[in-house]
Amino acid sequence: MASAATDVAVGPVPPPGHAAGLLGFSRAQGIALLVLVAALAVAPFFLYPQFLMKLLCFGLFACAFNLLIGYVGLLSFGHAAYFGMGSYVAAHAAKVWGLTPELAILLGGVAGAGLGLAFGWIAIRRQGIYFAMITLALAQMTYFFALQAPFTHGEDGIQAIPRGRLFGVIDLSSDLALYPFVALLFLAGFLLIHRIIHSPFGQVLTAIRENEPRATSLGYRTDDYKLVAFTLSAAIAGVAGGAKAIVVSIATLTDVHWTMSGEVVLMTLLGGLGTLFGPVAGAGAVVAMQTYLAPLGAWVTIIQGVIFVACVLAFRAGIVGELAKLLRVRL
Amino acid sequence: MLEEILFQLEMSAPQVVLGLVNGAFYALLSLGLAVIFGMLNVINFAHGAQFMMGAFVAWMLLNWAGIPYWGALVLSPLIVGAFGAVLERLMISRLYKLDHLYGLLLTFGLALIIEGLFRNGFGASGLPYSPPAALTGAPVDLGFMALPRYRLWVVVAAFVVCIATWLVIERTRIGAYLRAATENAPLVQAFGVNVPRMITLTYAAGVALAALAGVLAAPIYSVNPAMGSSFIITVFAVVVIGGMGSILGSILTGFALGLVQGLTRVVYPEASDIVIFVIMAIVLLARPAGLFGRA
Amino acid sequence: MSIDRRALLGAAAAIPALSAIPSGRARAQGAPVRIGVLTDMSGTYRDGSGPGSVVAVRQAVQDSGIAARGINVEVLQGDHQNRPDVASTIARQWFDRDGVDVIIDVATSSCALAVHGVAREKNRIMLNSTGATADLTGAACSPNTIHWTYDTWMLANSTGGAMVKAGGDTWYFITADYAFGHALERDTGELIRKQNGRVIGSVRHPFPGTTDFSSFLLQAQQSRAKVVGLANAGVDTINCVKQAAEFGLTRRQKLAVLLMIISDVHSLGLQTAQGLSLSETYYWDLNDRTRTLANKVKGSMGGAMPTMWQAGCYSAALHYLKAVADMGAAGAKASGAETVVRMKAMPTDDDAFGAGSIRQDGRKLHPSHLFEVKAPGESRGPWDYYKLVRTVPTEEAWRPLADGACPLVRT
Repeated sequence: MASAATDVAVGPVPPPGHAAGLLGFSRAQGIALLVLVAALAVAPFFLYPQFLMKLLCFGLFACAFNLLIGYVGLLSFGHAAYFGMGSYVAAHAAKVWGLTPELAILLGGVAGAGLGLAFGWIAIRRQGIYFAMITLALAQMTYFFALQAPFTHGEDGIQAIPRGRLFGVIDLSSDLALYPFVALLFLAGFLLIHRIIHSPFGQVLTAIRENEPRATSLGYRTDDYKLVAFTLSAAIAGVAGGAKAIVVSIATLTDVHWTMSGEVVLMTLLGGLGTLFGPVAGAGAVVAMQTYLAPLGAWVTIIQGVIFVACVLAFRAGIVGELAKLLRVRL
Repeated sequence: MLEEILFQLEMSAPQVVLGLVNGAFYALLSLGLAVIFGMLNVINFAHGAQFMMGAFVAWMLLNWAGIPYWGALVLSPLIVGAFGAVLERLMISRLYKLDHLYGLLLTFGLALIIEGLFRNGFGASGLPYSPPAALTGAPVDLGFMALPRYRLWVVVAAFVVCIATWLVIERTRIGAYLRAATENAPLVQAFGVNVPRMITLTYAAGVALAALAGVLAAPIYSVNPAMGSSFIITVFAVVVIGGMGSILGSILTGFALGLVQGLTRVVYPEASDIVIFVIMAIVLLARPAGLFGRA
Repeated sequence: MSIDRRALLGAAAAIPALSAIPSGRARAQGAPVRIGVLTDMSGTYRDGSGPGSVVAVRQAVQDSGIAARGINVEVLQGDHQNRPDVASTIARQWFDRDGVDVIIDVATSSCALAVHGVAREKNRIMLNSTGATADLTGAACSPNTIHWTYDTWMLANSTGGAMVKAGGDTWYFITADYAFGHALERDTGELIRKQNGRVIGSVRHPFPGTTDFSSFLLQAQQSRAKVVGLANAGVDTINCVKQAAEFGLTRRQKLAVLLMIISDVHSLGLQTAQGLSLSETYYWDLNDRTRTLANKVKGSMGGAMPTMWQAGCYSAALHYLKAVADMGAAGAKASGAETVVRMKAMPTDDDAFGAGSIRQDGRKLHPSHLFEVKAPGESRGPWDYYKLVRTVPTEEAWRPLADGACPLVRT
């Protein structure tokens, strides 16, 4: 996390020049990617598609969050603001303005980006714990804005969001029709994030995470890099939020509440900070737990707390991180 | 013109007084947080849950052991403080060498566990807890409003506890050791003071303050598992504005922000929740160490 | 705001299969009729609805004699925690994956509206007992929903009307900030204005999660309105009444508890609640039939008497199963809208509300009653809380059909 920490959860990231494999993927990552794509292709025939689509949306959200914390070292404790506003904007665009789903989701991303730019600009002036607290405060302001703004309908939320026709042509009302769109959206976001990390820009981000003063001394304007990363992360979170709104047909205050911010931290921590597949695994685990353990009521909260505590005390690399350490690969 | 002003003052005064009651809770809670952060460098996200535990323990003492409010005021902080000491020894102490943010995450997880357990045990809607007989009865007539006695008591009690805590930290020997250990723990340890034990006791004391606030809150907010989480984020903002390690800062800022919120309710009620965060963002940009903090 | 699960899901299934099930297979021939009771099992409305509603539905299944016709009925329950996103998710899952045919109860109007939409989309049924918003039979009416028990218009007309008639011509509202509170405030406001009264102002409080109403009560006091209308329910109303007494509000102003039910009175105690006027459509001690129903279920409710919400679940489930018996299980499962048409065609008669009927717009019709809470000296024992002031006949109790702007109503 914050630069100069003596013990950082992230495993070593060898510079891209040494990565074998195509497009910056190591061999293990390439295999994992193929497995992921295959699983995505087959899953809707075995699992409830709504559950899968939600998992993908949260997976994308967690990947976006991981970009900031895993690769830049910034803990944003208010990421729900971008996810939630993306969700509301997409909902409003689809329901009230009648836009097609891909445009609605795009607008959600734009909303996330705009908010990210504004909030990031304020927050980046400070580091470490102050940065986290500012992001929390700003997200809380977003929550209260969402509570009061007429277009969100407060506690009732924006309900009955139509799925519409993709590009005006393909009817998405059946779950099996919507699923491929969401899966492709997720993969696109995932690959985009990978691309960002494995690029010269991404390398500077890693340098900033490892030792910001040194990066500055090398002539990089670190605040600008951090802001761009922040905005990108917020934009993708907004897209994830917009997609979620279309999938579940409802956008509510839950999406902007600080517990949502906590959940995405949990997903990424559990999956593995700074790994490529960590957030996906973490999101999968958390969403599955919430779905299948739902009859246990408050136990889900307790279990999530236990996982948090366990991860922080003993298991800082997360599922994928530990797996990667075990197999001595980069995941 | 003067009449107009006096009229406006009379209309606003009741809300401002109620704001002072809220401010009492902000002050007590942020005091506990500031004590813990100052000494341990840990952001105790579980503070809200420990506040809630204080209220529940008071309820349990009354309903299961027949111990009334006045007993609970003493016992509940002791019990919850002891629980805090155990948490610190078992878990929090392992994180001192790491980035502060891990402390935040750990205590966030602890908060989830505590709140989930209580929700499981007691449901979500809240249990009633009556104010003690000495503090019920006809409300105190302040002229411009009738203030229930219990709420007046809360303001006074909170104020007294805050001042007492400040005095202990600033004016007693043990307070001096605490302040010294905050600045340079190894040196203080070299002088023979048992620093780890002091740290555990400090955490326990911060938690006890939260529990005390919980007992005070029980008759006003009814005892429910979510009562802590409704407060905690606002209290963080208060602590940040006051200055994260500053005792005096948190006390003054707590009461002051309660007043500000009350005033906002008169002028622009929809903004009353958000005003504290706006102030926090401004303070962080202009003076990141907080109004009373040292950078 | 609860730290808890503002999460997506919270279903408690009676069906043991929690593992992944292939989707969409449960409607095969011979599948049981499944009733899902979706409500607030742990929060503000738990005592009035909650597990008691499940008890009521199970009693209805027993009383319907449907098992003797060879039709298997399963009852599921779910907790939506007063979150519309959770309600929507459970409803979808139940309809899509678990073969549920009808969802009964649905406390909390924002959740009721969400489930109302999903039921229409999936062509199943919602029989709403606890959700109050009259919009369910208004402009948003649907061929898949029947609104049972009561609604905000009936409450406004009965309790609101009585307070205005007693001289309360200026009002100030304390409103729960969600669909129910807004609807109740709106409907009562319209009634007040129609009777030449005035609404001085109103203030909205967050829902759920508000436990300290002092700043809102203070504003109500400062408004100097003759009547302070509480457009909220459950624990919110209980806290408002208690705190109003603390602040001495009732010395100069009257409190109008626009929605209060017997479980609330029980929590408050007669000492605090005495003299309050309220409207309900079911009271356990009203007549022999209501007493019969109460005696059947109170054992499973821990000795508590059923509330009108729970009685409504009983009545709704009973009538639904009558239609199922008539159409056969497969017929009833095939189309929710068709089953609702059959339900509307048959008159209703049960121990909860007596004889009644269902209107075109989905409004269930039966008389409503205005009660006054007894003083402690007047009560013979626990749950003996009400004096009947007036019975509002069916023709007067509900919003006129033409006023609702429901598209299903063709003139």
